[in-house]
Amino acid sequence: MRQFVERHRVWAFIIFLAVAAFLWLIFAVWPDWLVDSLGRKKTFVNTLLNGITLAGLYFLVASGFTLVFGLMRNVNLAHGSMYLLGAYIGYEVATASGNWFLGLAVAFLAIGASGVLLQVLIFRRMEGDDLRQTLVTIGISIIAADLMLAVWTGNTYQFEPPEWLFGAVTLPIISVIKASGDPVYIKYPMFRLTVLVVAVAVGIGLWLFLNRTKLGMMIRAGVNDRQMLAASGVNVQLLFAIVFAIGAGLAGFAGVIGGTALSIAPGEDVRYLLASLIVVIVGGLGSVTGAAIGALLIGLAEQFGLAYFPTYGVVLTFLIMVFVLAVRPQGVMGGR
Amino acid sequence: MDARRLLSGNFSFADLHPGVLLVIVFLLAYPGFASDFFVFQIGAYTLILGTIALSLMMLGGYGGMVSLAQLTVAGLAGYLVAIVGTNSVGVMGLGWPWWITVPFAILAAAVFSALIGAISVRTEGIYTIMITLAIAVAFFYFVRQNYVVFNGFTGFAGIEPPTLFGVYWRDPVPFYYLSLTVAGGFYAAVLYASRSTFGLSLQAIRDNPRRMRALGYDVTLHRVFAYFLAGLIAGTAGVLMVWFNGRISPGSVGVDIVIDILVIAVVGGMRHPIGPFLGALVFVLLQNFAIDLIDRERFNTVIGLAFLLVVLFSPDGLLGLWQRVRPKLRFARTARYEAGRAEERDRQGAGPLEQT
Amino acid sequence: MRRFTKTTIAAVAALSLAAPALAEDTIKMGALATLEGAFTVLGEDSMRGVELALEEFEYTAGGKKIELITGSSDASPDSAIRAARKLVEQDGVQILVGPLSGSEGLAVKDYAKTQPEVTFVNGSSAAQDTTLRNPSDNFFRFSTEGAQWMAGLGEYVYNEKGYRNIAVLAEDYSFPYTQVFGFLEPFCRLGGKAPVDARFWVPIGNKDYSSVIAALPDDVDAIYVALGGADAVNFLTQYEQAGGDLPLIGGSITVDQTVLGSKGRTRDFIIGTPSAGPISDTWDDPRWSAFVEAYKAKFPDGFPSPSLFAHAYYINTKAALLALNEVDGDLSDGGVKLREALANLEFETPTGMVKLDERRQAVADIFLTEVIEGPDGNLLNKTIKVIPQVDQTFGLSYDDFLQYGQVSRENPSCE
Repeated sequence: MRQFVERHRVWAFIIFLAVAAFLWLIFAVWPDWLVDSLGRKKTFVNTLLNGITLAGLYFLVASGFTLVFGLMRNVNLAHGSMYLLGAYIGYEVATASGNWFLGLAVAFLAIGASGVLLQVLIFRRMEGDDLRQTLVTIGISIIAADLMLAVWTGNTYQFEPPEWLFGAVTLPIISVIKASGDPVYIKYPMFRLTVLVVAVAVGIGLWLFLNRTKLGMMIRAGVNDRQMLAASGVNVQLLFAIVFAIGAGLAGFAGVIGGTALSIAPGEDVRYLLASLIVVIVGGLGSVTGAAIGALLIGLAEQFGLAYFPTYGVVLTFLIMVFVLAVRPQGVMGGR
Repeated sequence: MDARRLLSGNFSFADLHPGVLLVIVFLLAYPGFASDFFVFQIGAYTLILGTIALSLMMLGGYGGMVSLAQLTVAGLAGYLVAIVGTNSVGVMGLGWPWWITVPFAILAAAVFSALIGAISVRTEGIYTIMITLAIAVAFFYFVRQNYVVFNGFTGFAGIEPPTLFGVYWRDPVPFYYLSLTVAGGFYAAVLYASRSTFGLSLQAIRDNPRRMRALGYDVTLHRVFAYFLAGLIAGTAGVLMVWFNGRISPGSVGVDIVIDILVIAVVGGMRHPIGPFLGALVFVLLQNFAIDLIDRERFNTVIGLAFLLVVLFSPDGLLGLWQRVRPKLRFARTARYEAGRAEERDRQGAGPLEQT
Repeated sequence: MRRFTKTTIAAVAALSLAAPALAEDTIKMGALATLEGAFTVLGEDSMRGVELALEEFEYTAGGKKIELITGSSDASPDSAIRAARKLVEQDGVQILVGPLSGSEGLAVKDYAKTQPEVTFVNGSSAAQDTTLRNPSDNFFRFSTEGAQWMAGLGEYVYNEKGYRNIAVLAEDYSFPYTQVFGFLEPFCRLGGKAPVDARFWVPIGNKDYSSVIAALPDDVDAIYVALGGADAVNFLTQYEQAGGDLPLIGGSITVDQTVLGSKGRTRDFIIGTPSAGPISDTWDDPRWSAFVEAYKAKFPDGFPSPSLFAHAYYINTKAALLALNEVDGDLSDGGVKLREALANLEFETPTGMVKLDERRQAVADIFLTEVIEGPDGNLLNKTIKVIPQVDQTFGLSYDDFLQYGQVSRENPSCE
């Protein structure tokens, strides 16, 4: 960092100013001219937080997607179905047992197991045939969507998270000062902050796993050169199964988190598949860091779009994708 | 293949298999004995869906680029017909005459397709399917939200084909022959193009882009041009589609239909241009009559299972299945079978599903 | 080239399925609903309504047997047209009941114009323009539409609840436009305010309302919410989570059975929300109770109480059957007499008398309701008031009503 400051004085100064202005936007009480031009501060800060927390959710879904691709070159278009199935399974377990955390755990394990099954029974047979694997995942997602509709119908489900995770918390950010001089603080849903914390934890966990464990080292080696890894005596098939389990499990895990923050209904599979696709296209396929950056960009774009120009929110997301593809086809953090 | 020889000049009727002749006669005579429903909703619709899937087959089969945005391209052409032509909704409808509207819509669709190509071909092969899927879904969301140009959720209605030479072109029989002409024309054109210099280079690029680049070919340009051609095909089919329905709305370009087109192409077979039409026929028959045979509720499971089984066990679709079964059924004619060298070459050349 | 033979065989095989000869003493009736896709559950309940009506007539009307043929769409207009075309042109139905959703209704109405011999009776589709602008001579709607459903709600919240300023949150397409129009028109005429910049239109299928909630103004008396199904459930939960405390006013599908029956927390929150619509679960009228009993007896695994879809399909099917009785099942004139009978039909439904106006649109009673918690813990819509005989033009003449223009985000402007 110090090196950066010494080398690029001007840039460092600009970045410093931007960060300072940003912090000021969040913590200061907005003067009238700013309210006139940007609208109420409450809207801005809430939208910002919404964008970041939504990014957390997107990261949870997309990290599994990108992890699987990174090692196996498998574009799993059934990832959205795994998300939705995880949510439904988690819901059934959580309602039956009355324990939300149990639902979360079972969703992770069950979808992880389904991932292993897919890998062992199907993808293993067509290794190296990327396109056919992808087509298979499309077929699976068509059938899965229809069967889930048969079992859980078109109803909307919502989880009941533990009481302490529900409701609003008051943040130490002043929204406006009332005429009486009392500050009005911004309230924010507790669960959404939890989503962010979980996402950060999962992100750090993945990083530690990939960079600090032996297994992670093998995975990274596999990403770089699969043949070489196999030649050096590592059981590649086992490694694949483990990674698929983690990737799929993360989708199921995200299903419960997302289902609690929002809700579960048919069609969510396509929505989260699309989100994952755009996040990894923007961030760079195969890179977990890229998924985090992509998720942040897309999450913020979606929420600011929704709050400030609802009609064209989708287009903003899409423009980001096209722009990144035009400038850097392999994505922000993509290596190849 | 016979059509190819027909086009390349060294064609004689002796080459023409009786089956082909039978099919041509059947297709031409079809409206003579089929009910309007079968002519229009089964016949014409099969040809339209088949043509859209044909554009996917051309990209995927010869170019190795499986684009999920072909229906989107067709949808754009359909939308443009409503926007610059006439509609009954009272939004847009610039009222251009059909002879400007139609070429404009098709050309714009082809340019759109080329742009999609330009965005997606710069990346690695498997990216194509992801990017085109993302584009298709984004287009769906966009037209659903945009009221100024695309009239949002409601879309457009009252879109009429022109009345020409005293014929109303949406009447079942004229519309059928119109669709047959378009489908047949593109079918022959794709067959012909696959043997042209461009088609051969495209297939070579599919098999080994690096080598082709080293040989001095502009790989990107070839691919983008292929997208442009596919856009012409899909765009024309899109115009027919909007005439067929008389309306277009976001539901017409939804994700499920985008996937349906892929299902049609893959189930039919991506090696030969007849595959998409075969797939479309099976699909349309199922779509219309599944409700009489099984519970309509699980229609998508049937479609998905058929797709999955084909991908798992017969990567070349129904076409591949037939080709595998045929020699066993008729081993006596094996000699003649092997004489069809052109076909043999085709088999070696094609097969993106195994070679990418 | 033998591969072609397969095509031939398939096509010939399909041809042999073509319409079997029509028996003299049966009448073919088609019913079209969404039996696939996300609205499957609603489509199935619609079919229950059709069956209930047919059962009541023991599948006979005008001395002839009624043969029911079902068709399915996925709620897109294209699929509705395809299914309708198959029912009419292939299966040869003479009466078609359907479809379910508004945009499908508009499409089927257009299709009806090309089939003058066939009689079309609406299912539950509730788009205003299906019968208001360019109606089709052979399309009849005995159920009410989105703007009618809101009758009385604007007056109620202005007079009884005392609301003056209202924010609007609705999905961004024609059905909510119609509902917002039906609600705001009387409300604004009384002097209420709902300025255009306090109306929030969210894309359909949007799940994350938190940013919209943050943008909602604080200085209004209530929020009018016209969201359906999953979207409504999402909004309600997130509004509660965000600490929102403004009272709500519901559109007709914001607090229908699908939302009230959803699992989760939202339930406690919507108690007390006023709304209006074509049915009310708790109306203590013998006609309605009899209908609910019949529904429950025949479909123990259906909804706890018939949805507005089952209700609309029931009424429309029943209308067709009554008219068939009247003409003794005589359709030999291409259904001319039948359509005449339908146009003049006036009959008793579970929700009161229904008759048609000159554009073949129902004039019927509308229910003003409020959400309450039922005795066994389930949520219900309690009837506050019945608004009698609501017509499509709110009592104005047809021409005056057209002055309002097409429903849109800014209609009425309400400044």
